[in-house]
Amino acid sequence: MSATTIPATGPTVAAGPGPLRLTWLHLRYQFLETVRVPIAVLGNMLFPALAMFFFVVPQSDVAQNPLWATMSVASLGLFAVCSASLFTYGLGVAEDRQLPFDPFLRSLPAGPGPRMVARIGNGAIFALFGLVPLILIGWLFTAATVTVGQLFAGVGTILLVSVPFVLLGMAVGYSLSAKAALPVVQVVLFPLAFAGGLFLPPQAFPSWLDAISQATPTRAGRDLLVQALTGQPAYPAAWLVLLGWTALFAVLAVGAYRRDEGRRFR
Amino acid sequence: MTRTHPPERAPVVAPAPPEAAAAVVAVSGVTRRFGDVVALDDVSLDVGAGELVGLLGPNGAGKSTLLSLVSGQRRPDAGTVRLLGGDPRDAASRAGLGITPQETGLPPTLRVREVVDFVGGHFADPVPTGELLEQFGLTDLARRQTGALSGGQKRRLAVALSLVGRPRVVLLDEPTTGLDIGARQALWDAIRAYHADGGTVLLTSHYLEEVQALAQRVVVVDRGVVRADDSLDAILRRVGLRRVALRSASDLAAWPGVVRAERRDDGTQELYTADADTLVRELVRGDVDFHDLQIRGASLEEAFEEMVMQEATR
Repeated sequence: MSATTIPATGPTVAAGPGPLRLTWLHLRYQFLETVRVPIAVLGNMLFPALAMFFFVVPQSDVAQNPLWATMSVASLGLFAVCSASLFTYGLGVAEDRQLPFDPFLRSLPAGPGPRMVARIGNGAIFALFGLVPLILIGWLFTAATVTVGQLFAGVGTILLVSVPFVLLGMAVGYSLSAKAALPVVQVVLFPLAFAGGLFLPPQAFPSWLDAISQATPTRAGRDLLVQALTGQPAYPAAWLVLLGWTALFAVLAVGAYRRDEGRRFR
Repeated sequence: MTRTHPPERAPVVAPAPPEAAAAVVAVSGVTRRFGDVVALDDVSLDVGAGELVGLLGPNGAGKSTLLSLVSGQRRPDAGTVRLLGGDPRDAASRAGLGITPQETGLPPTLRVREVVDFVGGHFADPVPTGELLEQFGLTDLARRQTGALSGGQKRRLAVALSLVGRPRVVLLDEPTTGLDIGARQALWDAIRAYHADGGTVLLTSHYLEEVQALAQRVVVVDRGVVRADDSLDAILRRVGLRRVALRSASDLAAWPGVVRAERRDDGTQELYTADADTLVRELVRGDVDFHDLQIRGASLEEAFEEMVMQEATR
């Protein structure tokens, strides 16, 4: 203790680290916390890769058609990102809220910003992890093909498309307990993925289902991603649909955060 | 707070801190409700720089609520809370604040060294991790995940985390609950050393021994109200009771001057009185047959019990 000096009394304490350093700090430690539970990371990488192996690779008329194979990789890739976003934020936030470490973190000299931004950054990192095996399988076992430019456009698009799902996940995570969040995330994720054409190509849908499909954020995201990767144009309203859902989920997420704050930290 | 005391008693005035104007913690007229429950009812409390204040009260008295207001986790329904001259809900005001996490709340997959680095990273001039771990005897555990620590080790880490940012004030919520005597002594030494260096400490405990061992000033809280706020000695003096223990065939509970009496299972009678000398003199003069006489000052626990009982019967 003798080496520890207390600053003399004065109106201000020396300024602490800035928001960028704090965000980087939270990003590093949240990443460490997650990566120490390898099954959480692996599960996210395995499911889309297995789906690819079981449903796409064996069907040679899909796997050997460059356009169809690329679309399959895009659909399952989007599924991996939706799933990572919804689980990381829906379940992860709900679990964090239950930890007694949470109020301690709130008392440290950092606002909620660095934690939130770090959480979004980590969601993106783990979502991209989920894409790696898919891209490898697509490249090695199917005729899927992209130029380097298309690949970067695809990764950029998928990160943009993930925003509404991150927000939806946060809305769930800040509204529900971890126990309730898990089934809700599953109930939301699978119908959205199916209706959005992530499991079956929307070209196989009857017209009534196709109409519903075009109103979902998953379909809008899928078509935009396919457009970036193959040049196949998305339906005209895709951006509008995606923006609409993003706005709605943003309102829900902010509302849920405020309600939670009011409930626990009045 | 003097209004809560009976007029016949000497008015209780908090010892004026050296720089009363620049209170490190200033709570003024604060009321905080949870639904229908009033957790704090018009509470005022100033803690000056360099004070070591013990916040004492039974579970549910409002101690933790008070700390959560000071650390900016909650806001009061009425009244104001200032921390180091600012609003504790502003992150910048908390740059000079250290608090302990609840021991169960450490992130289980992070290593001891990593948690210290992480928390220290929030401050301008943190204590080097190695130095802090050394001071709290955690050096050998630096690479251990916190989920694998014993309860005592977690407590030590929790108190270490409150000091990593070289805070000007620390809030310690039940810092040594559930520790063995050796571990508790070591933590008390660390808290005393921090205080000796000029740090300000506000600690809660329902461990009376802890407050008695550490605090210079004691604030007694019960049912959301400050019952007393004074120096440790004055709290003891104010109740001013002596405990007279003896064995006797006759029941002495109603003897003049006895405020309260208890009979233990082994037949010993414990008599609490303001003037032990007079009581013993009267017993001898009255030719009461007694033996095994013991007299000592009331402990903080006994003083506290008396205080709360008097409030309740008024």
